[in-house]
Amino acid sequence: MQTKMNAAHYELHQNCLVIYVTDDLDHHAVTQLREYSDRLIDAGNIKHIIFDFTEVGFMDSSGIGLIMGRYKKVMFLGGRAAVTNVGEVVNRIFSLSGLYQIIERYDTVPEALEGLQKSRIKQ
Amino acid sequence: MKLVIESLSENESFARTVVAAYITRLDPTLEELADVKTAVSEAVTNSIIHGYAGKSGEVEIVCEIHGQEVMVEVVDYGVGIIDIEKAMEPLYTTKPEWERSGMGFAFMEAFMDSLEVYSEVGKGTRVVMRKEIGKEQEK
Ligand SMILES: Nc1ncnc2c1ncn2[C@@H]1O[C@H](COP(=O)(O)OP(=O)(O)OP(=O)(O)O)[C@@H](O)[C@H]1O
Ligand SMILES: [Mg+2]
Repeated sequence: MQTKMNAAHYELHQNCLVIYVTDDLDHHAVTQLREYSDRLIDAGNIKHIIFDFTEVGFMDSSGIGLIMGRYKKVMFLGGRAAVTNVGEVVNRIFSLSGLYQIIERYDTVPEALEGLQKSRIKQ
Repeated sequence: MKLVIESLSENESFARTVVAAYITRLDPTLEELADVKTAVSEAVTNSIIHGYAGKSGEVEIVCEIHGQEVMVEVVDYGVGIIDIEKAMEPLYTTKPEWERSGMGFAFMEAFMDSLEVYSEVGKGTRVVMRKEIGKEQEK
């Protein structure tokens, strides 16, 4: 399944929702992204969520709120969240905010899809 | 340079892009440019979200360059802040239900050299930020 919407396009891989963000992730983009993401999550069948940042050159605290909010939703269903293709600018925001303590970072979407299906226990 | 925008979320990217264009004369690194853009975005977003809380109003962005230092001032005439010290604490937010995480002021502090916040309840809020550009290259 593939859907294109404002500020992002979406793919469903089994029980994993991949959100490819296609715009600067600020307050404006977040208001566009949040509703549709939640509709997909609430429709059921989604356990894990991946945010891909390939096309994101800028993010502020609004993006942190978006990711945390969606993480809380899937967490209640035993799911996890990951970010992929994070560039240096966005990485600094994630590091400063402490986001990596709860959200996993992978280089690519296929790696994240594989990682999220595995046990969460890390050594 | 002075820019006045309406308190609409679609103006946020315009505001930070204008400030970024204004400071290119200082020959900033990509990192410095990202720092200033993030700080401006945080301040402008706060004015729109908290200051005006969805109502219409104007946000003023004043930008000055003195030597290698950029000064950015973001002003709104919104609700104001009751306890500035508390508001500036990392992770403190009055709007958790809007998925705010309380990181805005922390980012402004981290990415700029200095941050001053002036506010009066019922009158509005003024944020003044400064950053010296080109510190890294000179080392
Ligand atoms: N311009 C403003 N007018 C009124 N209140 C403000 C303004 N700016 C900030 N505040 C208050 O200060 C608090 C902290 O601001 P800060 O930007 O650090 O976090 P936030 O906006 O709540 O969350 P985030 O920036 O992470 O999305 C806000 O929750 C709000 O109560
Ligand atoms: Mg904020």
